[in-house]
Amino acid sequence: MDLLDFARGPALTTALSVFAFGVAWRLVSLWLLPWARDPSARREGARPAWIGAVRGFARHLWPRKPFARAAMVTTVNGYVMHFGLAIVFFGLAQHILFLRGLFGLAWPNLPSGLISGVAVVTLGSLALALARRLTDPVLRLISTFNDYFSWLVTFLPIATGLLAVSHLGAPYPTLLAVHLLSVSLLLIWFPFGKLMHSFLIFVTRGETGITYNRRGVVL
Amino acid sequence: MTDERTIGELLAQRGISRRALLKYGAYLGALMALPPWQARALAEGLANARRQSVIWLSFQECTGCTESLTRSFTPTIEHLIFDLISLDYHETLQAASGFAAEAARLSAMRANAGKYVVVVDGSVPIKDGGVYATIAGKTNLEILRETTAQALAVISVGTCASFGGIPHADPNPTGAVPVSEIITDKPLINISGCPPIPEAMAGTIAYLITFGKLPDLDELKRPKSFFGETIHDRCYRRPFYDKGLFAKSFDDEGARRGWCLYELGCKGPVTYNACPTVKWNGGVSFPIQSGHGCLGCSEPNFWDKGGFYHPLSTSTGSLGKSVGAAAAIGIGTGVAAAMVARHRRNKASRGE
Repeated sequence: MDLLDFARGPALTTALSVFAFGVAWRLVSLWLLPWARDPSARREGARPAWIGAVRGFARHLWPRKPFARAAMVTTVNGYVMHFGLAIVFFGLAQHILFLRGLFGLAWPNLPSGLISGVAVVTLGSLALALARRLTDPVLRLISTFNDYFSWLVTFLPIATGLLAVSHLGAPYPTLLAVHLLSVSLLLIWFPFGKLMHSFLIFVTRGETGITYNRRGVVL
Repeated sequence: MTDERTIGELLAQRGISRRALLKYGAYLGALMALPPWQARALAEGLANARRQSVIWLSFQECTGCTESLTRSFTPTIEHLIFDLISLDYHETLQAASGFAAEAARLSAMRANAGKYVVVVDGSVPIKDGGVYATIAGKTNLEILRETTAQALAVISVGTCASFGGIPHADPNPTGAVPVSEIITDKPLINISGCPPIPEAMAGTIAYLITFGKLPDLDELKRPKSFFGETIHDRCYRRPFYDKGLFAKSFDDEGARRGWCLYELGCKGPVTYNACPTVKWNGGVSFPIQSGHGCLGCSEPNFWDKGGFYHPLSTSTGSLGKSVGAAAAIGIGTGVAAAMVARHRRNKASRGE
């Protein structure tokens, strides 16, 4: 079994299994944990909880005016990175084929050149995020291994994927194998690190919105 | 058995001019991307070399490799190879049979000890003492060891001899192995492919005869001149891959326009061979040009790489059961973890 066979077979199967286990475990255990009853009385005029949840999520999509200036670079860079990741992941034909193999769903792909361009921008965005984390004293103080490793496992698939598509640096079979292994690493780390925010962000922001709504905070 | 006349002299007797031989040498040199002076040396060397004694062994194979060499659309070239070499044993092509055939092999081995080249097509079964393929009461394993003992070099022709091929495919009932797993003490060249390109066989043999040494080989012992680039690197459909234009089925609009066959399972990006440049049937076409994706037949274990029609970017593992089971275990673990947390909270609230 060569490296590519290993990457396409046992590595991906194991990584996806760990991913499925970890995500299911974390979501179910969080959902079934005992919920603390809010001792605060429900305010008059409070909207239904689901509206509070949606408002809570929507409100946090952009910083409030007083914080807008300070948070602008982080916010815009965050959007660039996340949209970049989404375009690369859902737009490249090879990725769509991979997803079709998993879920049976497919959609038209974007031109490879466009994806490569977006990937370069995304890498730049990730580099900027790391630079800010390393240079901002407060951010650096609160950063842990979890932050840096989550950054690394996000950066690697984009970088190796770009090399694979461009056929740069090594034979294509090696590049493809390394890319798939980097994706496997991301999948394994995903449920146990900060990447889990991909799922939990909807829960946490929604719950915050519900709490605010109940207490009469207008978002 | 040995003939002291040079190849040039022998061909002249058959009415083939020296100029024709030089042209053939130059053609092979160009195919192998030799520098101009070396291509000229190849042509000159061929004319002045003596015919190389070759013993061709056929083991677990389909004779496709021999067919590829002999049924080429360029017979004036490929037939020449039989003038360049003294083919002293080849079960399919020789007139002799039975004891006479085996006697010819042994005679050639004695007469050219240390000088003959062994060409093997087919894998070697070694399970249960190698009983799954025997010739004249001897297993393929015994014949291979006996024949190569005093050989100058060994050339494994075709994917079966090079990497095990189809007989080696899972579950490999005969314990088929490539020649390289048995013969480790001789210079060895793999010319893989199912079948290999005739010019790759002819060119490699001509190089060996002329220069008396192995051509540059890759890590799988294949001549770099024919296996140095992937099918994808030289594919005429490559621009469509770069643009992200892929045929979705073998008869859709994209396929008719010649778009990339990646989505239909083409293994060109991970397959090293000269198909897009040398092509087949006298340079007429090659599989991708005919509308079908590359099967990756010149790579090890090509039969077991997850299906010919599965795109390269898909997983080869059986994901459904594994991932489903993992998710179920995850849900169970999550429920258990939550129950333990509830139990602890209740215990704490009761002040126990």
